[in-house]
Amino acid sequence: MKLRNLSALAATTALCAPMALAADMANEMTLVSWGGAYQQSQLKAYVEPYLEMNPDVTVVWDESSAEATAKLRAMSEAGNVTWDLVDVVASDAMRLCDEGLAMEIDPDEDLAAAPDGTSASDDFGDLLVSDCFVPQIVYSTTFGYRTDLVGDTAPSSVCDVFDLEAFPGKRALQKRPIDNMEWALFCDGVAKDEIYDVLGTDEGVARALAKLDTIKDSVVWWTAGAETPQLLADGEVVMGSTFNGRLFSAIAEQDQPIGMLWDMQSFDLDGWIVPEGLPEDRKARVMDFLKFATDTQRLADQAKYISYGPARASSAPLVGKHEELGIDMAPHMPTDPANATNVHIYDYEWWADNRDDMDAKFQAWLAQ
Amino acid sequence: MALTPVQNQTPAFTAAVAAGAGAFFGLFVGTAQGSGFLGLIIGAVLLGVLGFVFTSLTAQEKPIRWAVLAVFAVAGFFVGGFPALVIGALFGWFTGWFIFWLATSRYRATLAPYLTPGQVLWHYSFRVICGAIFVFLITPILVVMPLSFNAENFFTFTPEMLRFDPEGYSLKHYRDFFTNADWQQALWNSLSIAPMATLLSVGFGTLAAIGLSQPHVPFRRAIMAILISPMIVPLIISAAGMYFFYSRIGLQGTYFGVVLAHAALGIPFVIITVTATLVGFDRSLTRAAANMGAGPVTTFFRVQMPLILPGVISGGLFAFITSFDEVVVVLFVGSAGQKTLPWQMFTGLREQISPTILAVATILVVISICLLTTVEMLRRRSERLRGMSPS
Repeated sequence: MKLRNLSALAATTALCAPMALAADMANEMTLVSWGGAYQQSQLKAYVEPYLEMNPDVTVVWDESSAEATAKLRAMSEAGNVTWDLVDVVASDAMRLCDEGLAMEIDPDEDLAAAPDGTSASDDFGDLLVSDCFVPQIVYSTTFGYRTDLVGDTAPSSVCDVFDLEAFPGKRALQKRPIDNMEWALFCDGVAKDEIYDVLGTDEGVARALAKLDTIKDSVVWWTAGAETPQLLADGEVVMGSTFNGRLFSAIAEQDQPIGMLWDMQSFDLDGWIVPEGLPEDRKARVMDFLKFATDTQRLADQAKYISYGPARASSAPLVGKHEELGIDMAPHMPTDPANATNVHIYDYEWWADNRDDMDAKFQAWLAQ
Repeated sequence: MALTPVQNQTPAFTAAVAAGAGAFFGLFVGTAQGSGFLGLIIGAVLLGVLGFVFTSLTAQEKPIRWAVLAVFAVAGFFVGGFPALVIGALFGWFTGWFIFWLATSRYRATLAPYLTPGQVLWHYSFRVICGAIFVFLITPILVVMPLSFNAENFFTFTPEMLRFDPEGYSLKHYRDFFTNADWQQALWNSLSIAPMATLLSVGFGTLAAIGLSQPHVPFRRAIMAILISPMIVPLIISAAGMYFFYSRIGLQGTYFGVVLAHAALGIPFVIITVTATLVGFDRSLTRAAANMGAGPVTTFFRVQMPLILPGVISGGLFAFITSFDEVVVVLFVGSAGQKTLPWQMFTGLREQISPTILAVATILVVISICLLTTVEMLRRRSERLRGMSPS
């Protein structure tokens, strides 16, 4: 009796298992990203190919990455996580991971290995800055300038931003301390590898703010990445910092008279996190998608649509030409050797520890 | 037809007032060009001198005004080409008219003879202030319209646009709006949410207003205050509250959740407008209807409703526009599947400053104008039919 029951159970389990597996994946995914050209590159490079392979799946986009941290906190408090995969910058990913709002991911288990067999953890290497974070791209915050408004000599160093005599006119800077403080100290004569040591002291902060003070009256502060290209196109500013992909799009796609200033470009990472607390079926679907979307070929494909460097070492040789313009994308990548002669590596951990304090000081200085 | 006999003014008076006006305009033009103070001085001096000279030449008014117009137009052309020519000509016309209007005291002619100079000054200052407010309200809306025909992907008047070169204009942002799936989805969402929310607001709001206008209802003021509260509480607070409440009961991120949230925001408008029309409603009419054998429902639809309809319609219109323009609550209560037009515009503006937003804004402005014009025409028509012609 007992035995028969057991075998019946086994039979049903065996019968149902494959069906259960197939049914275990939800057919709707909500992806959260940044909108604009960046989201378009994700759509073309891996969402559309994935939907072609899985015609039953529908994808809903939510352009809420800018407030992802706050929204995820609210969702987890309300017990109602409606997002499946969220695109965030590395520092947000670290915060979300620390707060337990993002799921930990095992790169070798959950992500595809490189075509030559290198494991995912080796392929991404140092870019796996958090246990919850799957990096997609390396981007940089750097300066663009109006070629027709800067005079005969184009700016060649980040310190030209602080030189109002040689380059008069307004500059656009991001309304946050990150990058601006480091650039200010660098241009005040601090050696690159000592920047964070100096910035860790009160005198260092005062020194950076004093340097920024010299151009404060000529600064237009921006918060959204689209603002600097708009200001440059208007001629409102002669130079301004923004994400390098935005500048590429203004130069190559919109034919604006803008030049790139790659000196002291600040590298940063952008990638996926999976929210904690998803139901099993949605989690299965999203992990399936994640494995596909972050493989070597897909990350290389993304670079066809936007000038951000793929996060996998194995993707770099596969970067080709721009899909519509047909120009070689490699020279427009922030990681290209010609562009990366003087790079500022932004220290995540230092900023994670000092962000709140720095924000307060920076805001107080802004309000003066 | 002059109320007050007029005679020519002294050159000093004309010069002083014209200089004041010149300073006023010069301040704006100068600020736009980088130096408000310089503009103020130049404007004051220019109009002051012209005013002083022209006061003694009132006999040759016509030729002088044409000359001023021509000189300003040509000066404008040399400064900034064709568009500046038009602006210069308009400015020249105004300057000529204004100076002679002052010099010949025509400004005094239509006013009562007993007014003191101070009252005359206030009479015109008041009109200038009203005009300035109107300009400040309407200019941002008007500026958006030509920009939406920009051939570039930026919010910028390109040199081609300023030259009126057809190359500088394009309908591509309108094409983008009508072909882009994101925008179409957003439009569709807005069009399916707003009417439902309006219907609910109008239904509940009208019922509440009628109930609360009955003298025998207890705690009328308290109930009224609670129903009106969504209008007074900061939107972000209602939105956050709704988010947590709707999440618990499974309405967050659903179509009905957004409709309900918008209905809650629209109800106060309906209550206020309907209550206002009910004040003028004669209760003996309902008693008369009851006397003739009509039940309460018949009385409502045949007697009361037609009379309070203007209030119901304008309340409904406000509720519709509230839902159609609302971005804060839908950001909280909706999920990406309920992305409405304002939401799409909000993200579009933040992530990708694209003139498609301007094209959408222009379309929405045109729709609003059509809607309000229609309502106004209908109102006038019904008043005419009822013999209450406003004229």
